[in-house]
Amino acid sequence: MIEILAIPPLATVQDLGREGYWSQGLGRAGAMDRRALAISNLLLGNAPNAPALEIPLTPARLRFTKRTAFALVGAACCARLSGRPLPAVWVGFAEEDALLELGSMTTGALVYLALPGGMDVPKVLGSHSTQLREAFGGYDGRVLAPGDILCGARRDALALPAAGLSIVIPPLREIGETAIQLRALPSAEEPGFTEASRTEFWSSEWEVSREVNRMGYRLSGPTLERATTGELRSHGIVPGIVQVPGGGQPIIQLADSATMGGYPKIAAVIEADLWRVAQARPGDRLRFVRVDLAQAAEAERKADNEIDNLRTALRHASELHEKWGDHAVAHRS
Amino acid sequence: MSDTRLSIIGSRAVLFEANCPFDLDHQQRFWAMATEAATWTGVREAVPGMTNLTLLLDQVPTDLNRLWQALAALWHSGRRQEIDGQLLLVDVTFGGAGGPHLAEVAAMTDLSIDKVINLHTAPEYTVYAVGSHAGYCYLGGLDPRLQTPRRKVPLTRLPGGSLSLAGLQTGVSASAGPSGWNTIGKADVVFFDPGRQPAALLKPGDRIRFRPVEVLA
Repeated sequence: MIEILAIPPLATVQDLGREGYWSQGLGRAGAMDRRALAISNLLLGNAPNAPALEIPLTPARLRFTKRTAFALVGAACCARLSGRPLPAVWVGFAEEDALLELGSMTTGALVYLALPGGMDVPKVLGSHSTQLREAFGGYDGRVLAPGDILCGARRDALALPAAGLSIVIPPLREIGETAIQLRALPSAEEPGFTEASRTEFWSSEWEVSREVNRMGYRLSGPTLERATTGELRSHGIVPGIVQVPGGGQPIIQLADSATMGGYPKIAAVIEADLWRVAQARPGDRLRFVRVDLAQAAEAERKADNEIDNLRTALRHASELHEKWGDHAVAHRS
Repeated sequence: MSDTRLSIIGSRAVLFEANCPFDLDHQQRFWAMATEAATWTGVREAVPGMTNLTLLLDQVPTDLNRLWQALAALWHSGRRQEIDGQLLLVDVTFGGAGGPHLAEVAAMTDLSIDKVINLHTAPEYTVYAVGSHAGYCYLGGLDPRLQTPRRKVPLTRLPGGSLSLAGLQTGVSASAGPSGWNTIGKADVVFFDPGRQPAALLKPGDRIRFRPVEVLA
């Protein structure tokens, strides 16, 4: 069990989101960084879809009211467990009364905190995710506040070394790149932008503005102009769609995206890269890399393989630990 | 096929559009398409927009052309789905704090406030599509005399139950959120309740009639 002592606004309980209610106007919600959520669950032996606490921005302070295993995955944020520094991706035990402190984030924008079995919150319409606009799901349909207490649905965890376990996951930026690269598919109105604007969209570095939330991130950069005019009829949109409103500055819709919109759509960030958008912070730079559907499918296969490889590596480490005790995995922690 | 278009809006989401007028006849063709496409293998959800159709897919599509051909064939069949939906009567308090732009709408349309309310409560509106936020209904049937531009400065948080209009569209927000429309009244309806089955109160083909219960200055 964890008691929240201090938490930034907009921390919510999220799983992989709600599917099947889109025709009723209800978006997917769910973790902004689905990859980090899946890894945090993997580390605890949870189902990949188990709900965890999504913490955007820091600092935060939490107290463990009982001894429990927990996993922390996402932005590097100078996390300390009762004073001991923790790596960015970690699973281990917290003793009763231990204090978990999340400091300022150095890379990334979101941290996921998972407990054995997932956060024990009711399932509503097939998911544990918080639907902020509609105010249901997750923890009473709202953001977490000091004094709230979260429990894991299960008490036990995998066999873990006493010092905990850390793993290395692929980085937010490619080695040597200053901008976060987002693979994107050209969308409906892309051909209707001016030649110059199309070139600028696909070649410029875009800065993440301060207008960021679970609905979407607004970017700033060159002003994009359409060669045509006229309003569009309202149509479906999904997380990842890059819209360009009249001002010419793009918006990337994310987990809490509306299900319908009317702004021109220049591109769609592929599913496998949505976590990179989510982990971008105001001031970070993004670059769109044009891909086709075959490349989008291949990227998904690769991302799935990475998770499978992690699962295998983790099982291996756990088996070594069971066989040899702490000596076997000490070098990994 | 050149009068139709299939676009990618996500790794697993496509949008089908046709060059057609914006009216109930054509909307009924999209309802028919949605009903049919929802039964196709690999289609997770098929959702009508305003004379367009969005498909959410199980996988990244490998053959977009084949999908386009199948959807274009469905469109060109011309089949319409007439839905004899339920009629919902919605009591509205016009003006006051819940309808802050009523006088502005009257000024913009060069009509009296009474005339605005008369014209707005006269028709039976049809739910063309459900979306944007949970339970929100896009309505067709607004009197063209009530056409107004969107607001230059959107409201950041319009309360749920707000009756608004812009362009040729009108509707009642189902929950609090941002809005660039002109708000003329307030209704007390729960359009989406996760504890209800189905959670959304209305679906495409249902109808709404507004009844003025009070007009506040």
